[in-house]
Amino acid sequence: MNTDPDLSLANPTESATALGSERKPYIRPLDLRHGRIDMGHGSGGKAAAQLIDELFLAAFDNPWLRQGDDGARLALPGWHPTQGRLVMACDGHVVSPLFFPGGDLGSLAVHGTVNDVAMMGAQPLYLSASFIIEEGFALAELRRIVQSMAAAARAAGVAVVCGDTKVVEQGKGDGVFISTTGVGVLAPGVEISGRNAQAGDAILLSGCVGDHGVAVLSQRESLAFETTIESDSAALHTLVAAMLAAVASAPADLRTLRDPTRGGLATTLNEIARQSGVGMTLQEAAIPVRQQVNAACELLGLDPLYVANEGKLIAICAPAVADRLLAVMRAHPLGQEAARIGTVTADVHRFVQMETGFGGRRVLDWLSAEQLPRIC
Amino acid sequence: MKYIDEFRDGALARQIAARIAAEADPSRAYHFMEFCGGHTHAIARYGIPDLLPPNLRLIHGPGCPVCVLPIGRIDLAIRLALEQGVILCTYGDTMRVPASQQLSLLKAKARGADIRMVYSAADALELARQLPEREVVFFAIGFETTTPPTALVLHDASRTGVRNFSVLCCHVLTPSAITHILESPEVRQFGTVPIDGFIGPAHVSIVIGSAPYEHFAQEYRKPVVIAGFEPLDVLQGIAMLVRQVNEGRAEVENEFTRAVSREGNLTAQALVSRVFELRPSFEWRGLGEVPYSALKIRPAYAEFDAERRFGLGYRSVPDNKACECGAILRGVKQPSDCKIFGTVCTPENPIGSCMVSSEGACAAHYTYGRFRSIPIVAAEAVELSA
Repeated sequence: MNTDPDLSLANPTESATALGSERKPYIRPLDLRHGRIDMGHGSGGKAAAQLIDELFLAAFDNPWLRQGDDGARLALPGWHPTQGRLVMACDGHVVSPLFFPGGDLGSLAVHGTVNDVAMMGAQPLYLSASFIIEEGFALAELRRIVQSMAAAARAAGVAVVCGDTKVVEQGKGDGVFISTTGVGVLAPGVEISGRNAQAGDAILLSGCVGDHGVAVLSQRESLAFETTIESDSAALHTLVAAMLAAVASAPADLRTLRDPTRGGLATTLNEIARQSGVGMTLQEAAIPVRQQVNAACELLGLDPLYVANEGKLIAICAPAVADRLLAVMRAHPLGQEAARIGTVTADVHRFVQMETGFGGRRVLDWLSAEQLPRIC
Repeated sequence: MKYIDEFRDGALARQIAARIAAEADPSRAYHFMEFCGGHTHAIARYGIPDLLPPNLRLIHGPGCPVCVLPIGRIDLAIRLALEQGVILCTYGDTMRVPASQQLSLLKAKARGADIRMVYSAADALELARQLPEREVVFFAIGFETTTPPTALVLHDASRTGVRNFSVLCCHVLTPSAITHILESPEVRQFGTVPIDGFIGPAHVSIVIGSAPYEHFAQEYRKPVVIAGFEPLDVLQGIAMLVRQVNEGRAEVENEFTRAVSREGNLTAQALVSRVFELRPSFEWRGLGEVPYSALKIRPAYAEFDAERRFGLGYRSVPDNKACECGAILRGVKQPSDCKIFGTVCTPENPIGSCMVSSEGACAAHYTYGRFRSIPIVAAEAVELSA
């Protein structure tokens, strides 16, 4: 099953109408005359999606971008697609605080981009790194970040092959920002995309959700609470490789891979539902959430299904291979708590619904802006 | 989670649901108003209506603190932040409440206002101590639950002589709002809102106790069951209300005995009355001016009162004409009765306040309850027989 259009260089416009036929999910267009960027546009939720659709996609419009995946599949001039293709993805990293339990900005800058390449089903090979550093930033801290980044890259088997450094005046940056771009190779026949989910498919999750977001929140100055929760920040490409190997005889059975970062599990599933034009039904009781994450979210009035992860993946697959994939995931160190959490349904409304552990059901919608804590 | 999971047990829920179904008289309808946003949230989040018989309807009351905040009050806060250059500290879910000129605190922040989200009033006072050269204003909203912490920081600021801290007080009172609803013509005379009973507030009642509701039970012949915010609490509260209605009783019952006493938290009450006094009248979004329904800062603490300190004059701003928030808050209409619900007014672009906080009746319905009619694969059938 290959719903991707042919993205060879010779014919880059074939897919241009596919997304255009989708129902517009936004009530009002972006106010490009008077509007301003607010924090909601960076939350990974619907406001962010609208900014991408109506500003970036409109301006850069091309079939690669229109795929709406975490990265782009690129054919190489003179290469036949059976010889493999390139995958390219990028990610900007702006975490506060810079160091948190289980990771730091440096390791995150590697893992985030490696995972974006891996979610296309590709083997990540090379990274670029661009640093924007604020005047006055301590060199000792920068060294800690860079060394952590180097260690993460070595562990992931990717090389940082080019980079850039800019310094901005004090007050014009928040310590340091790192942007990374990743390049990887895609084996022939692998067509992982958010557009491939079909009614009846199984939805798998590689482990507990919410660890990263809660670990970072626990270190915020205004909040500092004691927890042993660590960020799940990790490079997922070896887990992906093991999963791809398990379906090597019928690679199309593995439809979609996506890492639920900003906006969390709920928002990422909504993205896929929209891209594929399907609905989803989840079983709340099947979604693994650590007790401490649950407790912290309870305290802060947050919903763990909307909290960020940096080392988890969602896999959507044909039901026939679900058990096999789940076994492979559980045998991998980064997928030991993997679970089957729901089913893809036919639904023109593209709703992600959930049967609650309590016995009722609810719609799991997009995160509309930032998740704000409830007052009481 | 210990002490939490026990109150979210699906098997127990089915048992209570079966009891409600068995006891509810099929020849009549039951309409219960849950006053608190916390209850609205639990009802939506756990899908409680799926467990109830079709002749039992829950009406979402005005107990979402963000939802009842009038536009004029948010405008005051925005003016303080944009024009007076203060640091405005606020609870998270007030950030997106729509105000005049298509602004909100979130959008004012994007225009350069220094607005900071805090988790407690104490964080705002601490910020004032750290930045003595800046004016720090705490935008204090909420019912009796959030009032004692505000009282505490006002008292603390006064005791320790913090000079750059003040409070924009918008605290409101639960009993006055309930009275207002019961006195509204729809309920009293026309009977278009047949409210058969109230699910009484959880956290508010921890502070004020169960005694203040005895008046409603007696005067208006409406049963009140104070219930906790966990889904089993809510279901059990509903079961107790059904029983009271069936037996023709109108009493205050307390399902939430693990936290609520008849007198409430006397220390908190004493502190609140030391710092605050009643406002003769206060505008509520959706309810209009409600007499003696809110608190203001006593003259002894005048220097910490942002309204006095910055000479703020209140200007009432009418809601968007198409918005039905008022009728929804009074229980006269349901979110789906509003023309702009889910079309023009959505959580990304809230027009009315009920769409802003996840506790708001409209946001809860939009997020969790919409399109209930869509069949759901492999949904477990609820056993309705005892």
